[in-house]
Amino acid sequence: MTDVNALQYTAEHEWIATEADVVTIGITDYAADQLGDVVFVDLPAVGTEVKAGETMGEIESTKSVSELYAPVTGEVVEVNEAVDADPALVNSSPFEQAWLVKVRVTGEVTGLLDRAAYEALTGAGS
Amino acid sequence: MTTSTSDSQAGGSGSGPQGSLRETPLRAEHERLGATFTDFGGWWMPVRYSSDIAEHHAVRSAAGLFDISHMGEIMVRGTDAGAFLDYALAGRLSAVSVGRAKYSMILTPEGGIIDDLVLYRLADDEFLVIANAANRENVAAALSERIGQFEATVTDESDSYALIALQGPVAVRILDEAVAAGAITELGMPLAEVKNYALTDAFFTPGEVAVDDRAQTDHKFTPGEDRAGAEATPLLLARTGYTGEDGFELYVGAEHAAALWRTLLTTGEPHGLVPAGLAARDTLRLEAGMPLYGHELSADIVPAQAGLGRIIPRDKGDFVGRPALEERPGARVLIGLVAHGRRAGRAGYALYDGETEVGQITSGALSPTLGHPVALAYVNPAVAEPGTALTMDVRGNRIPATVTTPPFYRRKK
Repeated sequence: MTDVNALQYTAEHEWIATEADVVTIGITDYAADQLGDVVFVDLPAVGTEVKAGETMGEIESTKSVSELYAPVTGEVVEVNEAVDADPALVNSSPFEQAWLVKVRVTGEVTGLLDRAAYEALTGAGS
Repeated sequence: MTTSTSDSQAGGSGSGPQGSLRETPLRAEHERLGATFTDFGGWWMPVRYSSDIAEHHAVRSAAGLFDISHMGEIMVRGTDAGAFLDYALAGRLSAVSVGRAKYSMILTPEGGIIDDLVLYRLADDEFLVIANAANRENVAAALSERIGQFEATVTDESDSYALIALQGPVAVRILDEAVAAGAITELGMPLAEVKNYALTDAFFTPGEVAVDDRAQTDHKFTPGEDRAGAEATPLLLARTGYTGEDGFELYVGAEHAAALWRTLLTTGEPHGLVPAGLAARDTLRLEAGMPLYGHELSADIVPAQAGLGRIIPRDKGDFVGRPALEERPGARVLIGLVAHGRRAGRAGYALYDGETEVGQITSGALSPTLGHPVALAYVNPAVAEPGTALTMDVRGNRIPATVTTPPFYRRKK
């Protein structure tokens, strides 16, 4: 089980796990709940240069379309093929099986939230 | 991640209604069941309880229970009720037998659609008109304005009624059990004899269901228990619905809504009944090719464009909206679209024939039952022929799609 307190977050509901210069990115359980059943994910290919704050993909649920923003600047080094094959993993396992991409960070990382700040934002735990 | 939604049913956030949203008598039931809510046409409505797709499949394979108390109930009474509705609406309502239902529309004087309606003839001189939630006031006002010399009255009684839809292949079995248990009594006819688009009177006897919370205790309400002394309340059972499945819509006094909801859920659970929200309702109706007001229907659309010209009898006399009978050369017409893959076209997306824009999607989703994208769209008549190949502009990507005739899904009889 992932320790959600060890993760960082964005106000756009991505979570980020950092290991050396590579970050793993997913979307939070809160976001997955709000979306409803995820039926399609469109993720950047390995090798894509992503830029913090810019769109890097899309997540479609039965009734909505969401843009996925890159929380950091860098190069995509791995994409979770399991989520492409079974997008429902985003709902069932947002912090474990449904990580989305790994990015090798090349720029400065700023503006991320800790768990307490993220919960304050979503009203969770209040 | 930011969410852009294609319509008002998609959202759902926070733990309470914002501003002055209307609530149904079942709000506490939905909260108890863990529903996600959304603002739908000014109402605080359950969008899902567990999963949109699971609720959708339950309705196709077993049954789903929907709170649709946001719909408007407008009574039209009087010796001229039938003749008045013939004039005020697009259909011939005077020809509807007592105990039968009819789909119709109320049109603007120019023929545009103010709302689509289901009407039940309760008596020779009494009709129940079901309007969409957001249009209820408009419909009541338009009807009242049209009374003129007719001997008829129009009253909006929406706040007095709750409306629960029990939809799915096992719906009739669940109601049979509620009858066997004594929760539903005094049916005008056996359920099996209530045909599609027909209705019957009955009574519902609330049990001691409103007090216990099944989520908190081991106690399960058994239909029929603790019923001694409980008063029976009128119940209208109509074999109508909006999902493409067999099913019933049940009208009951608002104060008895929670008891009826719990009775049906408890009776139906062993048969696979689940509470179902607006998200499932929307994908179900889309698969069944049913138009939704505000998407496929509006004051700018005449019935023939929506493929619903048949609701106006050819030899109809004077009625409000008579221009709806006239041909409108070149007007866009409603079609179905199917595509491969998992990427759905959604409301507002443009359609192309080669490089020429030829129409726009009004509703679209990845069909849970069929496993591929389906959509309803208005297109130029030149590309409306089934089999025509078009492309959908899905946020900058062109996805091939084929024109088809709705419905996309038809239940096996």
